Amino acid sequence: MSKLEARVGIRMPRVDAPETVAGEAMYTDDFYLPGMLFGAVHGSPIAHGRILSIDTSEAEAVTGVKAVITGRDYNHVLAGPFIKDETMFATDRVRYVGEPVAAVAATTPEAAREAASLIEVEYEDLPAVLSIDEALAEDAPVLHEDLASYFCTFEGKGTGNTLCAGDLTEGDVDAAWAECDVIVEQTYETGAQHHLYMEPSGAVAEPDRQGKVTIWSSLQSISLAQQRVAEWVNIPMAKVRMVAPRIGGGFGGKGNAHFQPAAAALALKTGRPVKLMLTRSEDFEMMRSRHPSRVHMKTGAKADGTLVAREFEVILDCGAYADDSPGVVSVAVLMGRGPYRIPNIRARGVGVYTNKLKAGAYRGYGNPQVSFAAEQQLDELAEKLGMDPVDLRLKNTMNDGDRWLGGQPVAVSSAAKCLETARDAATAAPALPDAGPDRKRGLGYALFSAPHGLLSTAANVALRTDGSIAVATGAVDIGQGSDTILQQIVADALKLDLDQISFASQDTDSSPYDWKTAASRVTYMAGQACLNAAIEAREKILVHASDLMEVAPGDLELRDGGKVGIVGIPEKEITFGMIAGRAHYQTGGPVVGASEIMFETPAVDPAVAQSKGLAFSKVGAYSFGAHAVEVEVDEVTGEVEVLRAWCVHDVGRAINPAMVDGQVIGGFVQGLGYALLEEMVWDPDDGRLANPTLMDYKIPTAREMPEIHSIILETPFGDGPHGARGVGEPPIVGAPVAIANAIANAIGKRPTVMPMKPERILDLLDGESA
Amino acid sequence: MKKVHISTTINGDEVDFLCEPTQTLLDVLRDELHMTGTKEGCGTGDCGACSVTLDGTLVCSCLVLGAEVGDKSIETIEGMAQGEELHPLQQKFIDHVALQCGICTPGLLVASKKLLERNPDPSEEEIRYWLAGNLCRCTGYQKIVEAVADAAQEMRSA
Ligand code: FES
Ligand code: FES
Repeated sequence: MSKLEARVGIRMPRVDAPETVAGEAMYTDDFYLPGMLFGAVHGSPIAHGRILSIDTSEAEAVTGVKAVITGRDYNHVLAGPFIKDETMFATDRVRYVGEPVAAVAATTPEAAREAASLIEVEYEDLPAVLSIDEALAEDAPVLHEDLASYFCTFEGKGTGNTLCAGDLTEGDVDAAWAECDVIVEQTYETGAQHHLYMEPSGAVAEPDRQGKVTIWSSLQSISLAQQRVAEWVNIPMAKVRMVAPRIGGGFGGKGNAHFQPAAAALALKTGRPVKLMLTRSEDFEMMRSRHPSRVHMKTGAKADGTLVAREFEVILDCGAYADDSPGVVSVAVLMGRGPYRIPNIRARGVGVYTNKLKAGAYRGYGNPQVSFAAEQQLDELAEKLGMDPVDLRLKNTMNDGDRWLGGQPVAVSSAAKCLETARDAATAAPALPDAGPDRKRGLGYALFSAPHGLLSTAANVALRTDGSIAVATGAVDIGQGSDTILQQIVADALKLDLDQISFASQDTDSSPYDWKTAASRVTYMAGQACLNAAIEAREKILVHASDLMEVAPGDLELRDGGKVGIVGIPEKEITFGMIAGRAHYQTGGPVVGASEIMFETPAVDPAVAQSKGLAFSKVGAYSFGAHAVEVEVDEVTGEVEVLRAWCVHDVGRAINPAMVDGQVIGGFVQGLGYALLEEMVWDPDDGRLANPTLMDYKIPTAREMPEIHSIILETPFGDGPHGARGVGEPPIVGAPVAIANAIANAIGKRPTVMPMKPERILDLLDGESA
Repeated sequence: MKKVHISTTINGDEVDFLCEPTQTLLDVLRDELHMTGTKEGCGTGDCGACSVTLDGTLVCSCLVLGAEVGDKSIETIEGMAQGEELHPLQQKFIDHVALQCGICTPGLLVASKKLLERNPDPSEEEIRYWLAGNLCRCTGYQKIVEAVADAAQEMRSA
C-alpha cells in the first residue's frame, strides 16, 4: 500500500498545528499594523432605559483620542438574522447592561478605555424584566414597542415581549392520553451558559483610500459578518472585506458581527487601522449566552412501554434582541421527540425578550434544553413501568425509513445501535473500587440526535500550472479542524498528498460563499461541496489525459501524487503538471471544478404534521449518539463527580477519527460544565451580570476531567461526503441529561433544574424541589 | 506617565524596552515587543493562556508588571523550539491532536515544560493537577494529558 493510499478515515494531525505549537498562529489580537489605533466600546451601565442625551466632549478631549462615534452618526439600520431589531449602537433606548452606545479610537488602548469611560450618557430609567415570568407578566414593560413593524423572515413573530411563537402537531394528542397507562409530567429549567471560547472577541479593521475596509475578526462566518458590517456602516458589501484569521474558539457565540462594524466605522472615520479587543468581562456582558429555558413536558406510554403521546412547551429567554432565537426555538421544537417513534405530539416553542444580553446560537441550539426534559422523562416512565430505561428506549427508537418529527424521512437510523453500544461498553467496564461513605454512585443514559443540513455553501478546486491544486471555500475553521478535513477530502478525490494542495484562507474577496460554521454542518455541507468540485476537476483532468494519451477516459486511472495512468500499464502515466500545461497554454483553458449546494429538504411535511410559526423551513439530515455516564454524588456536600463516560457517536464516516474524538471529548466536558458548574447570574436589582470573570464563572479544568471513552460508529447515511455527518454539537446534547439521569440513579431523586450545583443537589436530598 | 527603561533577557536574548509603569509583562511582550505567542485569555490570572517563566518560576504574565522584570530571565513559547526542531512536548501536542483552536496551547506548553523540569515522571493525576490553572474550552483536556505523559516518557528515555 502506498503511503498515500488512505487520506480519508485516518487519524491525521491538524495541518495548522505546527504554527500553533510554535506560538506563531495569527489570531485577531496578534495583528499590529503600522499606525494602528486602539478601540474601546462604551456599554450601557443600566439594563433598561431611554437615552436622553450623549455628551462626548470630555472623551474627545483625552490625549490621543482620534474619533468618538455614536449611533447618531449613522443611519438607524435595524438588522438581525430572523427579526431585524438591533442597531449598531443603541440610539434612543438601551435594553441590557453592556449594550454598545458609543465607541472610541485612540493611539493607545489605555487612552481609548479612559475616553470610553468619560462619555456622558443621560438615561431615563425604565423597569427591567430579567426572567421569563417577568417578561410575560400582564403589566410588564415592553422592550420592543415597534416589534409589529420589524422586518421578519418567518410567520411566527409575536407580540408584547414574546418575540416568536411556533407550534407543531402530529396525530391527536388529546385523544391519545386515554390510551396511556402511565403518564409523567414535569417542568424543567436550565440556566444561561456562556460560550467562553478562550479567545475574547475582537476585530482589526484597516481602511484604504478607495473607501474599502478590511477586517480580521474572530468570527464563525465571513459572509454574514460582511453583510452586517455593510448594513450598519451603510456601505456596499463591495467595500467590506472580511478575512478569517486563526479563530480561538466559537461554539456559536461568534456567529455574526456585533461590535465589529464599530471597529470598521472607526477605521473609515480615522483613515487608520483600528484594533478593538473586548476584555473578558466585556465579552461576557456584550456577546451572547446559551438560552435559559423552561420546558414543560408530558409523556405517556402503554404498560408494555410503547410511547403514545407527548405534549411540550419550550420557552426560551432570548435576552434583549432576537438574533438567532427564532431558529433556536424552532430546533428545540423539532428535537423534542428525539430519535423515537411517538405518534401523537403537540409542541409549542416560544421566545421572549428580557433585559439581558442576547442569547444566541450555542452548540446544540435548543436541543440540549429540550433533551434535558425529554431524556429524563423516559427514565421517569421506565421507573413507573418497572422497566430498564435502556430497554424502554430500545423499544421505541426510530428505525430506517421512519420520519423525524415534522415528517422528514430518515433513511437510516442507528439510534438503537448507538444505545446498545453505549450500554455494552458501560456494562463491560470493570467496576471501580467502592465509593467512600456518604457517596452514592449512579449510571445514567441519554440517546439523542442532531441535524446537520442547513442553508448553502460552495467550493472551487483549481488545477495550477505545476499540477498542484488550489481549494477555496468560505467555511471558517474555528478550531474544530475543518481546514484539515476539507483538504483530506480533496486529496482523497484526486489522490494527492496534502503538500500538493494549497488551501485558501477564508476571505470574502476570493472565497466562495458559505453561510456559517454552525449546525455541525461544515463536514457535511462544505465537505460535500469540496468533494463535488474535486470530482468535477477530476473529470476534466481525465478528459485532457485521454486526449494526451489517446485512450478512452474509461481506461484511465488516477495514481498517487498527481498522476494519470493507463489501467493495467504501470509505466504509462502522465503528471497533473503536463495536463495543466496543456489546459493553460494549448487547449481548453484552466481546469476548475466548482460546486454549490443548498440543503433543500423541508423540515415539515404537511401530510404528516401541522406547523405554524417555525423559523426554519428546511433543516435536517440527522445523526445519532448515545452516552452512558457514571457519577458519584457526595451526600454531605452535594457535589457531583463524573467518573466515567462512554460516548457513542455515529458520524457516518469519520474522515479523521482524531478530530471526531476531539469534538466528542471536548463537547462532553463542555456539557459537564453546563450540567454541573456553569451559570451566568444576573443581579435582580440592577440587571448586571454578577459573574463576568473567570474567577466567578467556573468551567471544567483538567482536574475535573473524567475518564471519557469516545466510541465512533460509522453507518454510512447515504449522503454527505463518504456518508459523513456532523459531530460538533451532538456531544453537548447528550452529556447534561445523561449526567442528570446518573444523578437520579445514584440518589433516587430527580434534578429538574440545571446546572445541578451542590446546593440544588442538597435541596433535592433534603426533599425540597430543586 | 513617564516610561520606564528595562533591560532583561527573553529566551536567552538580551532585550531592552520602554514601558508604562502600569503595563503588565503580557502587555509588554505583545504590544511593545510584538511577541504574540503568549496569549491573553482573561487578563486577571484565571486562565493560564499568558503563562511564561520568570527566573524559572511559572507565572501568569498578566499578573506581573513589565517594570518588575529588569535583569531577570524570561522564557516564552517563542523560545521553546530550537530553530526548526520542535520541543518533544510541541511534537506530542501535534501527534496527539492535543489542540483545537490552539489559543490555550502556548500557555499549556510552557506550563507542561515547567512540570517536566520539576518532575520528569509525573503521574496522570499530577499532570491534571499541575495543568488545572490552564483552561482549555475545546479539547476536554484528555489528549493534552496524554501528550504530556507521552512527551515525559520520550524525554526520560532520550
Ligand atoms: S491572561 Fe493571564 S491568566 Fe488569563
Ligand atoms: S484548544 Fe481551544 S481553548 Fe484549548
